[in-house]
Amino acid sequence: MAAPDPRQPAAPPPLPTGRGVELVLLAFAALLVTGALVLVEANQEQELRSSLLYVGAAYLALFTVAHFVVRRFAPYSDPVILPCVALLNGLGLVMIHRLDLAQLDQAAALGREAPTELVYRQIAWTAVGLLLFILVLWLIRDHRLMSRYAYTAGFAGLVLLALPGVLPASISEVNGARLWLRLGPFSIQPGEFAKILLIVFFAAFLVQKRELFTTAGRKFLGMELPRARDLAPLLVAWGLSIGVLVLERDLGTSLLFFGIVLVLLYAATERSSWLVIGLLFFAGGASVAYQLFGHVQRRVAVWLDPFADFDGAGFQIGQALFGLGTGGIGGTGLGAGRPDLVPYAESDFMLSTLGEELGLIGLAAILVIYLVLCTRGLRSALAVRDSFGKLLATGLSFALAMQLFVVVGGASKLIPLTGLTLPFLSYGGSSLVANYALVALLLRVSHAARAPLPRRPAAPRPPIAEAGTELVERPK
Amino acid sequence: MNTPVRKIAIAVMVMILLLMANLTYVQVIKATDYREDTRNRRVLLAEYSRKRGQISADGKVLARSVETNDRLQYQREYPEGPVFAPVTGYYSSDFSSGGMERATDAVLNGSDDRLFGRRLSDLITGRDPSGGNVVLTIDPEVQQTAYDQLQRKGYAGSVVALRPQTGEILAMVSTPSFDPNPLASHSSEEQKEAWTALNEAEPPELTNRAVQQTYPPGSTFKLVDTAAALASGRFTPESQLTAASSLTLTGTNTDLQNFNGNQCGTGETASLRDALQRSCNTAFAQLAEELGEQALRDQATAFGVGTPDLRIPMPVSPSTVGDIPDVAALQQSSIGQRDVALTPLQNAQIVAAIANGGEVMAPFLVKEIQSQELDAVETTEPDRVGRAISSQVAATLTDLMVNNENSYTGSGKITGVQIAAKTGTAEHGATPKTTPPHVWYVAFAPAEAPRVAVAVLVESGGDRSNLAATGGAVAAPIGRAVIARALRDAP
Repeated sequence: MAAPDPRQPAAPPPLPTGRGVELVLLAFAALLVTGALVLVEANQEQELRSSLLYVGAAYLALFTVAHFVVRRFAPYSDPVILPCVALLNGLGLVMIHRLDLAQLDQAAALGREAPTELVYRQIAWTAVGLLLFILVLWLIRDHRLMSRYAYTAGFAGLVLLALPGVLPASISEVNGARLWLRLGPFSIQPGEFAKILLIVFFAAFLVQKRELFTTAGRKFLGMELPRARDLAPLLVAWGLSIGVLVLERDLGTSLLFFGIVLVLLYAATERSSWLVIGLLFFAGGASVAYQLFGHVQRRVAVWLDPFADFDGAGFQIGQALFGLGTGGIGGTGLGAGRPDLVPYAESDFMLSTLGEELGLIGLAAILVIYLVLCTRGLRSALAVRDSFGKLLATGLSFALAMQLFVVVGGASKLIPLTGLTLPFLSYGGSSLVANYALVALLLRVSHAARAPLPRRPAAPRPPIAEAGTELVERPK
Repeated sequence: MNTPVRKIAIAVMVMILLLMANLTYVQVIKATDYREDTRNRRVLLAEYSRKRGQISADGKVLARSVETNDRLQYQREYPEGPVFAPVTGYYSSDFSSGGMERATDAVLNGSDDRLFGRRLSDLITGRDPSGGNVVLTIDPEVQQTAYDQLQRKGYAGSVVALRPQTGEILAMVSTPSFDPNPLASHSSEEQKEAWTALNEAEPPELTNRAVQQTYPPGSTFKLVDTAAALASGRFTPESQLTAASSLTLTGTNTDLQNFNGNQCGTGETASLRDALQRSCNTAFAQLAEELGEQALRDQATAFGVGTPDLRIPMPVSPSTVGDIPDVAALQQSSIGQRDVALTPLQNAQIVAAIANGGEVMAPFLVKEIQSQELDAVETTEPDRVGRAISSQVAATLTDLMVNNENSYTGSGKITGVQIAAKTGTAEHGATPKTTPPHVWYVAFAPAEAPRVAVAVLVESGGDRSNLAATGGAVAAPIGRAVIARALRDAP
């Protein structure tokens, strides 16, 4: 046996990729989802239909494909993110199926024609989402390349965000919020995609202009205020979010968008003064909007007391609260509650559906899954070496957290109700597809964070006798 | 820029903690408010979607749930309809519930603690708990007879039959009755229609006269007077009382008259035995004055009058002797008028106590609680409330009541069975002289070994124009028919 060459350092053992862990966690997610499905079927006293097998098989096939794509294109990416997403998505599908059964039941009882089962559409959207997920991982081999297209992304994002507000209400308005693009049979919420594009833009933009924003202005209350001229991007973001609030009548998107920009500014500059200024701006803008616009006032009135107008504007949130309250700590059990009494139980009020049947315990578990997802993203932001990657991962992770906060807070009366969806859980194609793109980007950044550095071949060293002298500075 | 990212991570955790705190507020602290809000239909729908237990008596199903294919999954049915409606009550999604449906709701819907073992297995198998069954003490044939007797003649009234030794309620009838089936309809319109009709019905149909309504007991209350008199030791059946046809109420100018203004017998005085048989008001007014208010009140209380919160298990309106401010009031009260008001159940309880040798048994309707699989979970044990009179007084009273019955005319006498009874004819209303009286018949049989005690009440003489109606003529035949049916398999 030859002794190792002392001059050549031993190759470090290959870093664990974590793909094995991911596969095990995915299998666990599949187990939980299957368990949930069986409970729903049992409680709804359905015969075990063979079509269920297809649903289960479709779910398994989709995520197996996703797993192998990750294995191929982002082998060092975080192993926990995809299983979290798979679990949430799977649980969402089960709940949508559960609500379908309730709708079928009701239609049968009233002698109406059976409604289309939404779950099959949502499975199709999952497939589309995973396709986009694969495309993003395949096309974007290095997230840093994206910063080259920052302005294109920013412009596209701006157009998508503004589009529904500018278009006539006949195309964009659904239930009072003008968030949609209705093209024939398809409805798209362009805001969901705009979110990601704008995060890409802001991350790149802030990395480029970072010095500008860190230039000190005056000091006030121990905070360094930025110079007035550097407020421009913040002002633009503020104007946009107020525009969304007024034109598209959606507090959720408005809050989400503004929150992301603020957090990115803070992360890039490390100066909390941005947060304070931003929040003051938003508070000012929101209160002005409240004074001026009736729909904002109505939203707030319903938020403060949903039961004052239970049969009217307060019906949705009132029913949602009844559902959550009836579920209590332990929930009624999957398939044993009446979540179908809440309007939009499968989309905006997925929270109350889950809360009624899984109880506080189930909701807490789901929130923890989201927390794991977000903190995993933020961990990648800490670990990745380039500033753009850090900002991108921070923005994307925070976007998830913020959306969660706005939706869950809205449906449980912590903040006024908004029209956003629970990421991966709610019924809705745009949200699902866009969030898969978001997760693909997070995986890409986390791959860059965990992948070993490409090893440069060591330059041949001259023997020490031939080495020139060096001037070494004595440490002070 | 790692420091701000760490702070953002903390902010994310704080946001999620905020959400959890708020959800805890909604799902734990406010949960009961939300769950029980009347606008929240979930609890009701959940109740409808599980199989409610059945109510039965002696093998006859009185209320049951049958599976349907509509959204409420189970339909409540009452195969016997109005005959048993005062017992079963009704179960409506829009108008709550009544009767046993309400009183034993926890058993029927399966949430009762006594069904806990069963619930535990439900929990493990993940099934909705199904309800337990309630078996009643009612004798369906006696109930049917009593109902037919009242209904056939179109009387508004009530019959209660008790087993003297146990307090088991063998029949509890109230007419006119209602059909609980439309109230359990799954169509809201049908429910509403039935409900409106029921609430406008005159005489009322939804009222269970046996336990929810009190009536002046009239002369049947003289049994309480006599019991008090015998118990005092100062009177025997042969004690002489006034036989005057009328007397002026002490301290007033009002006359108290005997029935039809008759002299009580032929002499100057009449014995207690004769006074009870002829139901002489003046004699009992004198007796009450001599006994005093407290003795009378105590005796009534001992028989169960005024028991608060009596449940059988449906709530029973308390019977009362009323205020007795002076001697005149005492004299009026002694003949079961003025503010004395008894439920038919209470009046049946009094004769049942006499039949049971003086011991008062708590009346009850639930014989047994069964699990879904029809095995007994709990059987009701008879409950001794206390002693109202000594067994000697009870024997003497029985003897006097036998004497009564044998002097009564009227139809329905049962050959070979000795009944002990007392009739009553009670004035009521704002214009008592022009309103037909409520008529009573309280009895038990066989006198030597009682097996059933009944109270029959017919409102307003049964016939609105019958000013001359008496307990003997109108109520007694009904009571005898009920007794005959209850003793049908007597040796």
